[in-house]
Parts: sequence; C-alpha cells; structure tokens
Amino acid sequence: MTQSDLPASISLWRKILNKLMTILVIVAVVLAIIPLLLILGDVFIRGAPAISIGFLTKLPTAVNVHGGGIANAIVGTFTMVGIASLIAIPIGIGAGIFFSEWSSSRLSMVSGFMNDVLTGFPSIVLGLFVFVILVATTKQFSAFAGGVALSFVMLPIIARTTSESLKLVPNTLREASMALGIPRWKTVLRIVIGTGKNGLLTGILLAVARATGETAPILLTASTSVYFAKSIFAPTASLTVLIYNYGTSASQNWQTQAWGAALVLILIMLAVNLLVKLTVGRNLTGKRLEL
Amino acid sequence: MTKNSISWMQNHVRRQLKISQNKNLDSSTVKLATKDLKAKFGKAQVLKGINITFPENRVTAIMGPSGCGKTTLIRCLNRIHELTPNAKVEGEVILDGVNIYSPQVDPVAIRRRIGMVFQKANPFPTMSIFDNAVAGLKLAGVRNKETLDRVAERSLRMAFLWDEVKNDLKKSGLNLSGGQQQRLCIARALAVEPEVILMDEPCSALDPLATAKIEESIAALKKDFTVVIVTHNLQQAARVSDFTAFMYLGQLIEFGATKDIFEAPKNPLTEKYITGEFG
Amino acid sequence: MQFKVLRGDTILKILLATAALFIIGLVVALAAELFLGSASSIHSFGPSFLIGTQWRSSQNVFGALPFIYGTLLTSAIAIVIGFPISLGVAIFISEKLKGHQTFGYGLGIIVDLLAAVPSVIYGLWGVFILIPLLRDYVETPLHNSLGFIPLFSGNPFGYDFFTSGVLLAIMVIPTMSAVTRDVLSVVPNSQREAMYSLGATDWEVTQKSVLPYARSGIFGGFILGLGRAFGETMAVTMVIGNIPNITTNLFSAGATLSSLIANNFGESTGIYQSAIIEIGLILFFVALLVNGLARFMLWRMTSGARGRA
Repeated sequence: MTQSDLPASISLWRKILNKLMTILVIVAVVLAIIPLLLILGDVFIRGAPAISIGFLTKLPTAVNVHGGGIANAIVGTFTMVGIASLIAIPIGIGAGIFFSEWSSSRLSMVSGFMNDVLTGFPSIVLGLFVFVILVATTKQFSAFAGGVALSFVMLPIIARTTSESLKLVPNTLREASMALGIPRWKTVLRIVIGTGKNGLLTGILLAVARATGETAPILLTASTSVYFAKSIFAPTASLTVLIYNYGTSASQNWQTQAWGAALVLILIMLAVNLLVKLTVGRNLTGKRLEL
Repeated sequence: MTKNSISWMQNHVRRQLKISQNKNLDSSTVKLATKDLKAKFGKAQVLKGINITFPENRVTAIMGPSGCGKTTLIRCLNRIHELTPNAKVEGEVILDGVNIYSPQVDPVAIRRRIGMVFQKANPFPTMSIFDNAVAGLKLAGVRNKETLDRVAERSLRMAFLWDEVKNDLKKSGLNLSGGQQQRLCIARALAVEPEVILMDEPCSALDPLATAKIEESIAALKKDFTVVIVTHNLQQAARVSDFTAFMYLGQLIEFGATKDIFEAPKNPLTEKYITGEFG
Repeated sequence: MQFKVLRGDTILKILLATAALFIIGLVVALAAELFLGSASSIHSFGPSFLIGTQWRSSQNVFGALPFIYGTLLTSAIAIVIGFPISLGVAIFISEKLKGHQTFGYGLGIIVDLLAAVPSVIYGLWGVFILIPLLRDYVETPLHNSLGFIPLFSGNPFGYDFFTSGVLLAIMVIPTMSAVTRDVLSVVPNSQREAMYSLGATDWEVTQKSVLPYARSGIFGGFILGLGRAFGETMAVTMVIGNIPNITTNLFSAGATLSSLIANNFGESTGIYQSAIIEIGLILFFVALLVNGLARFMLWRMTSGARGRA
C-alpha cells in the first residue's frame, strides 16, 4: 500500500459533531421531562387546597356558591369503570388466550390485527359509536352506555396483555402437561391461572387506569349530572367530564374544584400504575401496552 | 543522524534479535503487544493478565476451548470490549510502541488502525455492496468518486470477492451468500487501510468451501497487514497461521511458531488440546 | 371418556374464538353504524362534504375541510416538535445509558407515566399554564419580531393552533419515544460494533448504523404518534378555541375533527347530528389507515430483524 486514501486523523468536525449530538440528545431528554414535572407539580400545588373531607363527600353546588364536592363524580367514575370491567375483562382475556394458544389460526391473526388497530383508535369514535347504538335509540344518556363505551377502550388492552404474557410461558410447560394426558382445555386454563396470572392482572390494571382517565367517550354517552345517579340508566357524572366542564367554566370556584378533581384523578392513576410497576416488574410493563 | 537515534536503532535491533532468538519470532518486528492485560465482565475475571506479542505481517492464531477468553482478548485489542456494559479493561495494549489505553489516545482513531471481522457476517443491511465496502472511507470524509471506486475495487479484490460481485455493486449486500457476506465484511475492514486486522472466528458459520475461500484471502493479506485470528478449529490454525497462541481459562498457556506448537508443544495442556483430549 | 375430553376442548375453543370474533365484529359494527348514522349527511352533501370550507349549523351548511385542516396542522406541529425530542430520548436510553440500566429504567418509568396522565388533565394544564406561558413568552415575541411571516402574523391570543400543537407534542412524546426505544433495542450489537471497528464516533454509529437499521420501526413509531395526535380530543378541544378556520396563521383559533365532535355533539339533532357522525366516520378511516400502517411497519421491523441479523 503506497499512498493512503484516508486523512491521517479524525477531523475536528467529526469530533465536534459527536459532542454536539450528545448534548442535543440530553437536551431532548430534559425537554421531555420538564412538562411532566410541571404538570404533576401544578396539579399538586393547585389541587391540594381544594381537597377536604367535604370536597370528597358532598354534591356539587350551584355556580359560585362556595363549598360543594365531587362525591357523585367519584361514584359515577367507579360505577362506569365497574360496568366496563364486567364486559371487557372476560371478553378481553378470552380473546387474549385465543391469540396466544391458537396463534397460527387465521381468526387469531385477523382479530389480533384488528385488536392492535383498535388500541390506537381515537376514543371519541368509540363514544360516537356507542351513542349511535345505545343513546340515540333510547334517547337516554346513561352510566350503562358510558360503561359500554369504556369497555371498548379496555378490551384491546386486556386482550393484548393477556396474549403477550401467555406467550412468555415456555412451550415445554404446555407439552409436559399434555404429555401427562391432561386435556388441552385443562392445560390452557391451568397455564392461564397459574403461570400467566401476573400478566393478566397487569393488563386489567392498566386498562382500568386508562378507562378511569377517559373523557371523550363518556361525554358522548353518560353526559353528566349534579346528583347521584338514580340508576345506571340515568345520566351520570364522572371525574373527567367534571374536570372538563369546570376547567372550561368562568367560575373561579369551579376552576379550583377542577384542579382538586384532577389531583384525585391523578392520584388514582399513579396508584394503579405504581401497583403495576411494583408487582409485575419490567418485562411486561416494558411492552407498550398503553398504546 | 544524532547520537540518540543511533543508539535507539541499535537497541531496537538488539531487542529484535533477542526476541527472535528467545521466542522463535524469526526476523519480523512486533506490531502489537499486550502487557499484563486483564478484562472483566462485571465481577467475572475473563482475562487474567495476558502478555503476548503479534509480529508484523504475520498471521497469529489464538486458539483454545470455549470460554477461554480468546474472543475477549481480541476485542480488547481494538477497544471494542469496553463498549459492552459492565466491561472493564486493565493493563496495556501497545501498538507501535504506544499504549492504546493511555488517556490521551482516542479510541476512535485506534479502531480505524485496527480493523475487525466478526464471527457472524454483519453487512449493513440498508447499504449496497459498494456502500458497504467504502462505509469506512465515507466516515472519514472521503467523497471523491474516483477514490471510492478505486478503493472499493481494491479491497473487494483483496477479499477475493470482486469477480463475483463486480456487476452487482449496487445491489443489497443481503442478497449474497453467507461466505460472500463475510468476505464483504473483510473488504469493508480492509478499505480503511488498517494496520492490523482482527478476525473473531470468521468462518464459524460457514461451510468448508466458503471457509477455504476466506482462508485463501487471509493468506494473501499478510503481505500488507498484521492478522490476528481467533479460531477453535485446529486445522484452520495450522493452515493459515505463522504463530499460534493457546489460551485456557483466561490465561495464555503457550505461544510460539505454529509449527512448534503443533509438532512439539511444551505445555502438557497445549498437547492435550491439540491431541483432542478436550475443547 | 375420550368423547368427553374432546368436548371440553371444543367448548373452550368455541368460547375463546367467540371472544376473538367479538373484536372483529366490533370494528365491523363501528364502521357500519357510523355509515348508517351519517347516511342522511352523505346523501345530502355527497363528496362536497369533504371539501366544503363552511360549517354553519343554523343554515345546514356543512363542510369538513376546516376540521381536516385543523387536525392536519395541529398534528404536523406536534410531530415537528415531538419527533426529534422522542428520537433523542430513545437514543439516550438505548445508546447512551447502556451501562446504567437502573437510570434508563427510571427514565423509562417517567416517560411511561407521562403517557398515563389523562388527556383532560393535559387540557386543564394547557388552559391555565401553557396558554399564558406560550402567549406571553413565545407567541408575542415571535409576532413582534417575525410578524411579517404569515405563520406569525396573527395577534397572539393563546387559544390557537400553535398551543394545540405544542400540547399535542407533549402528549405524543411518550408514545413515540417508547416505541422508538423498543425498536432501537432490537438492533443487534454486531451492527454497532461493525461501525465502531471502522473508526466511527458514537454519533456516527447511531446515525449510520443504528438508525438506518431501525428505520422502518422508527417510522412505525412515528406513525403511531401521528395517529395519537390525529385522534386526541379533550386536550385540544380545551385549548384550540373551536372556531372553524383555514389559515396559515398559527396564532389563530381553529377546530379539529375530534374537537368538533366533543364540542357540538350535545346540542345536535337531525342532519346536524348526521354531519357530525360523518366527521366521526372520516376520523374512523384515518385512524384505521394510520394504525394499520404503523402496525405493519412495526411488525416488519420486529419479525424482519431476526432474518437479517
């Protein structure tokens, strides 16, 4: 080799670019974290003064009448998430088991793809759908319709988590069980109940957290109310819709209460998310389930 | 010529003579050497103080059973090992008299001078054959089309691949066979004109025919480069190398001319390995 | 005995398959019902609905273009701001933090938490903190110094496309950075080492080896983030001002497909309601397209990676 085709040393430009990009990457991280700290900080600072026993246990008052609480909204949110769970958990787990145990069937592939698409769906479209089938036909906003709308938000999350966690169960376990002469249905159920239950629990908790924070589907299906709902077939208040209404109102009192309700909501979400992280660990929550 | 440099040269010659007498290193210079090299993964000590020399323009084979640290050793030689999380290196690696682990040395510059070919062919999947071959040149800022063309052809020829791909230079490297991909990776490493080429079991994933092709190119390479090759294949070490090192459990057991190692090993462990009693 | 065993298997399979079928049925029913609900609007306005620029419910004039425009513009702002930041976060976690897994894990949790904050809380924060902040410290200075550019010509009010875009950026960053981080972690180390051994700097390894290898997955994450921005409702509804508007002026109030639905649905009846459902139908097809594309790209990345590693 006679004459070198390469410069003898690394150019200054390459070194500078390398340092520059490292700095830019760190700047990006800082920019991504700042809003989170601001949002959490503001919700705590502005929300804490609104919180009291009365705030959590009383019904709302009229505009600018001091006092009043969000008790009906808390009850409403739990009612609707409860109804949604009753619908979404059995169907979601069932579909999830099917995706994992019959993963090569055509139904599994089509339905799994639909499920993924549904996960990223705008929740307001789900609300619109439930409005058309349940509210427009009965001319009645209700907690039931809200619960159904939320169940469609929860369903794909539960199904995906279930199938992902069952896929982590080694095949040898299935084979060993079948080799003992245990029928497939018993094998599947045993694996689901025994080995995969942590993953299932994660999925359910994440889905509950997601449903608790949803606004748009409830807005179109349960509307809101200033009283405790008489039945699940009557308009029902929820934390999120209350935050929306109060937050966009001109009343100072209501605005303060919106921050209080936001704090209650965020504490519920944080508790659920923390529970997931603490109980199950990285390998499952690391999958992007909340998408 | 000053007095100083004359005495340096005399010393140098004397040192070389000494090496060639004592260690059977014939007449070549030492290109690369390690001094008490230790490497760790977390708490596991993988290399336990290695002292070895690699003569210039010769092929040196490092062999030993799995887990003996041979791969870690060559990954320390171009400072790739330290990129792995929890990996630590102590001791010195001396390239042309300079310790490449001293703080003022830039590892990026070192890696260009000491190229590497990996166990499994790893062409860049989004680049064409041509772009793969000149990837290192483009990194260094060479943009001249003529230079790129010339270097691509030269390095592909040196890797014995040119005739097979000269009409498909714009195609993806992934369309090549496994052996061709590995030769493309050799060409890619040669293109940046390194002084030393490290090869980490380059044929372990290849069939005998592809292996023969690669060995052929290795034999031709030592004209221009210093080659260090890790292999667990005894026949390969015997075929391609001038010197052989035998490692066991993170230590260098024996080092010498390949002929001597294979015909008259001094250490009983080496003898056992060569006769196939373990490994 | 054998007969009984077979029946157990069949029953389970039928039960589970029904659940899987339910999901397909749900998507099909969604499309069908939205079609039926918007039938009278589709019938009355035809394709001109998509290109009409006026939306006056009192006169039964309905054109979706201002909302399509608002959705595209706010999403574009969100992506322009959010994508580079997301890529940076992903590169930091996957390429820079290699040796410090706990720190990367902690950072991952923080980013995941951002994704868990409900949309309406982003909206509340947007109304009370982001709007005054952007209006006083970003929009007004931009308007005063660069007001001759049409983008910044409007009088800053705070409830506008720009604020919506920034808020959306904050909301899509967790989604995009999480997907990108996962995709970068699939890139085999041998690809990085090959580039290092040619004498590349850390950045060159990322730029020339890691990012090209992961490009289809990164694109998938990008599209997924875009999908989230398209469909996001409450936060945008609270800060965009809700006036149908087609203008290049970023500091002007606007409306999006989803903000229109959230904001006007309660009071709508008859053909007005049908028109709003047709807006929902447009959103449905956009979401189907975007999410389908994103899933396909991600699937290609994760299943293709094994074949070419």
